Amino acid sequence: MRLRDIPITAWLGMAGILLAFICAIFAPWIAPYGETEVVGNVWQVADTQYFFGLDNLGRDILSRLIYGARTTLFVALTATIISFSLGIILSFTAAVSRGLIDAVFSRFNDLMMSIPTLIFALVVLAVLPQNLIVLILVMAILDSTRVYRLGRAVALDVAVMEFVEAAKLRGEGKIWIIFREILPNTLSPLLAEFGLRFAFSILFLSTLSFLGLGIQPPSADWGGMVKDNKDGIIFGISAALVPGSAIAALAVCVNLVVDWLLKRTSSLKGGRGDA
Amino acid sequence: MPELLSVRDLKIEATSYPPGEPPKRVTIVDGVSFDLKKGKVLGLIGESGAGKSTIGLSALAYGRGGAEITGGSVLLDGVDILPLGKSGIRKIRGARVCYVAQSAAAAFNPAHRLGEQVIEASVKHGLMTKDEARKRAFYLFQVLGLPNPETFGDRFPHQVSGGQLQRAMTAMALCSNPELIVFDEPTTALDVTTQIDVLAAIKHAIEETHTAALYITHDLAVVAQISDDIMVLRHGKTVEYGTVQQIIEAPREDYTRALVNVRQTAREEATDQSDTLLKVENVSAQYSNGFKVLHDVSLHVPKGQTLAIVGESGSGKSTLARVITGLLPPSNGGISFDGRPLTPALKNRSRDELRRIQLIYQMADTAMNPRQTVRDIIGRPLTFYYGLHGAAKTARVRELLEQIEMSNGFIDRYPAELSGGQKQRVAIARALAAKPELILCDEPTSALDPLVAEGILNLLLRLQAEAQLSYIFITHDIAIVRAIADSVAVMHRGKLVRFGPKSKVLSPPFDDYTDLLLKSVPEMEIGWLEKVLTTRKMESAGN
Repeated sequence: MRLRDIPITAWLGMAGILLAFICAIFAPWIAPYGETEVVGNVWQVADTQYFFGLDNLGRDILSRLIYGARTTLFVALTATIISFSLGIILSFTAAVSRGLIDAVFSRFNDLMMSIPTLIFALVVLAVLPQNLIVLILVMAILDSTRVYRLGRAVALDVAVMEFVEAAKLRGEGKIWIIFREILPNTLSPLLAEFGLRFAFSILFLSTLSFLGLGIQPPSADWGGMVKDNKDGIIFGISAALVPGSAIAALAVCVNLVVDWLLKRTSSLKGGRGDA
Repeated sequence: MPELLSVRDLKIEATSYPPGEPPKRVTIVDGVSFDLKKGKVLGLIGESGAGKSTIGLSALAYGRGGAEITGGSVLLDGVDILPLGKSGIRKIRGARVCYVAQSAAAAFNPAHRLGEQVIEASVKHGLMTKDEARKRAFYLFQVLGLPNPETFGDRFPHQVSGGQLQRAMTAMALCSNPELIVFDEPTTALDVTTQIDVLAAIKHAIEETHTAALYITHDLAVVAQISDDIMVLRHGKTVEYGTVQQIIEAPREDYTRALVNVRQTAREEATDQSDTLLKVENVSAQYSNGFKVLHDVSLHVPKGQTLAIVGESGSGKSTLARVITGLLPPSNGGISFDGRPLTPALKNRSRDELRRIQLIYQMADTAMNPRQTVRDIIGRPLTFYYGLHGAAKTARVRELLEQIEMSNGFIDRYPAELSGGQKQRVAIARALAAKPELILCDEPTSALDPLVAEGILNLLLRLQAEAQLSYIFITHDIAIVRAIADSVAVMHRGKLVRFGPKSKVLSPPFDDYTDLLLKSVPEMEIGWLEKVLTTRKMESAGN
């Protein structure tokens, strides 16, 4: 793997993600003002002092954007990773085992999916104590139902291939078959899904924040900032567009990197999975 | 007589994308020229990658998968069709030049009735009205010997057999009364007993309609039955071009001679077949839906010898292999291995039982994980069965590579970076790594070119002599059976028809099925097809 083989778009994506991480880690040093500090008038327009202007309570949008990267990145990324681990392990186990295990897992998954995600999240979050870990876990478990669906479908395709049969004939256990035989051959669709799911989790987090069950004010998160400032759009104030653009930019960056990984993982298959 | 098709200095290039390297231009066909007169058949023969399909498609001015015709000319009735442009070409394709693809099952649209698809091109080109086209289709169905020609067109592709589908596709090509048909390996995917019917039907139809044809195949014996001229291709270049007579009886080039004389491998049948390694007793098997696939099969494999199981697809020969490996436990009967009963179900077998029986698949492509290197593929059984790691493992992998006649340079390659024959060799090495006593070979050479297949067979024979291996060799190719088997089992519709030492099974008196099977194998002899057809009744209604 040589560095110059990485396409420019992938570099762009990695640079964007790195920027977001730097903001998240070094927020107190980078941000010009405090996260919750009121520094001027409501929806004051952008000038040299306040780069993106001020928000609905007169807080500096740039500073809140930088602090918001922390919660947004941490919650969305953790939730997506957990949902993928959970979804992949369960779906692959189902696909390899078939029979009763498959039936039980799949029907339970259908049951979970039949309940609208948002309502389910609201009920669960209303009952459970409100902290970040519970929030992440609830998001992850709800998202993992979608990953399960995809994972089972792609794993079933690979599980009937002869090299999996050859592994079974050798006497390999389930863990080897799942992680060594099937997983490397299903990475392409799963990575693509990861890019999408990550963007969805940011949006889902902001939806929950909007309903008062996500990140609690006055802590900043990008989705919450869109919600806080959305009324400004009626008056021609573009404050809501700034965090909105940040969400979009991050999602695009993640997907640029994912696209590159996708090409790399599918290049060995001789065409399969390239489409 | 004027030439119908004249190809001059044809050059076809494509861009290839080797993994891990920058894309490069490769020449697929280089300076090929030939002529074809009206009503004649030219056979294009060569191994895979020789460019024969690409040349065939150039008669339709079509480049598949990024191939581009970059030089030369293709004259159809004196007019160069290459510079005609899209709309000009469209008038020719399907009207004056038609194409018959290798896999009819994949080439028909499963959502439409056969009749509609057969007449589609003729009607679209405005060559005939729907009624006329239907009448012609009916006539062609008769010529091609299809059952119930009046209603055959009302069926869907999944409702007819593979041989019938291939004939329907020929009808589709003939329907518009084309001047030229390109047959791209039309019988390669069929059983020998079906192949002979399709061959006879194609030959008959070509004679009836006076159509010229390009016949592409890798089987010289097949092309000898149907062509007037033969062109032998290798690496995109012409090796030899001449009449059938000259190519078969007096080949000039070494490569052609090798193709004609392939099947030189021979092994004397072992005289003592009493020392049994594997014994299958009264085994019956059925799928979970209750469908019976094996009926009361009994046979045995002597130590260090080869049992060949022959039969057409659906005869249960692969199912028997699945029963022996434990993938499908028998519903009745039992199997004993080395004197002890073998655990029926795979998941209950001990690691040692698994190690002693290994399997080689037909398609090495799908039998190896595309994401593992040769080192991982061969090394895994070493770690799994013998606990080898690190340097010891690498040394053993190198040793195995040497045994399969491959250099050390292959150790870090992925399967996609190997040729078909190399892949099959790696699959053999993987089986050898377990140090088995019995290897089940499920048509390991049927997807390979004749010369490559010959190499694999020789390798298997050498390994057998070195390590006292026993083989169960599943095949539909009688020539292979003659070459390598000690004992033979003939299967038909899930039943064992005939079993015994090779010399007994393959000599008369025959039962009806074995007779049919043996007579259907194409022989490298001009006029063989006619001879066989006169000695046996055409069973066109059956297939």
